[in-house]
Amino acid sequence: MALIRLLLPVLLLSLLAVGTVHAGAVEVREFDDPVMEQRYRSLTASMRCPTCENQAINDSDAPVSGDMRDRIYLLLQEGVSDIEIRDHMVQRFGDYVLYNPRLEGRTFLLWGLPAGLVVLAAILVVLIVRSRRNASAAALSAEERSRLQALINRERTE
Amino acid sequence: MKRRLLLLLPLIGFLALSLFLYQGLSLNPFHRESALMARDFPAFDLATLESPERRVDRSLFTNGELTLVNVWGEWCPECKREMPQLLDLAHRHDVRMVGISWKDTREKGLGFLEEFGNPFEVNIFDPDNELGFELGVFGAPETFLVDGGGVIRYHHVGYISPGEVREKILPEVQKWR
Repeated sequence: MALIRLLLPVLLLSLLAVGTVHAGAVEVREFDDPVMEQRYRSLTASMRCPTCENQAINDSDAPVSGDMRDRIYLLLQEGVSDIEIRDHMVQRFGDYVLYNPRLEGRTFLLWGLPAGLVVLAAILVVLIVRSRRNASAAALSAEERSRLQALINRERTE
Repeated sequence: MKRRLLLLLPLIGFLALSLFLYQGLSLNPFHRESALMARDFPAFDLATLESPERRVDRSLFTNGELTLVNVWGEWCPECKREMPQLLDLAHRHDVRMVGISWKDTREKGLGFLEEFGNPFEVNIFDPDNELGFELGVFGAPETFLVDGGGVIRYHHVGYISPGEVREKILPEVQKWR
């Protein structure tokens, strides 16, 4: 325990150091409008870099991510809406770039399957509980009854 | 007995799901279909690598001839390795080739063609990723097959090996010619 208490600050500090080194890879942008800055942040955090396997474009120093950030910045300045910016990227780089795929014909299974499984499981539980409720214990045979009686008697005599 | 077997159902379901997901582990995430498949080649207006005065646009791809469009850069080692295959496609199989000199300087691009050969009818000069962005290019080399009407029919990400020329590129060329 004491060891953990000693090591914890060191660990936290090293995490902090990694974070600051990484932040240097992505350019800093100036925004006059804080709302637009917020939109820029959430857009760049919600899109996946096409060449890195799992990194948002706000966190990646791949050239293509830089180009995508530039384009998002430009489109925001032109007054394009968030949905249109997402569509703009999907039209060029595919659904892959969205961390949350849109709900449409092709992605119905993706979004619907978890909900469908929960409903299916609930129906199964209800069915099982119902069938158990009506079930009664089978009557004991004469032989079982005498054995039971013998066990009870033994318990009493001891 | 029959009810006992029913108890195995969840296990069977779990095994089926595991098998399905296990296959996903060996999929290459870069082998995904281009978003531009079966769509028109995007509009553009750029100079050629060979001459800054000559400008080309979409009409390059709507003259009725099937074209293989290759995105390359002097800085890209895989592009150098696939040049023999591209030269073979252009000269032995008579495939019309158009290059996109991507994120490069004119000088280096021309030097590349001098050194590794030039299978391209013309090279579109795209130093600032204008056309590349419209095509959704995320790394060189990438290759697009465009039919005579200017519609994108096939997309290949990365290096094209001689085997892939035979098994993937040529069948697609036959299919859309």
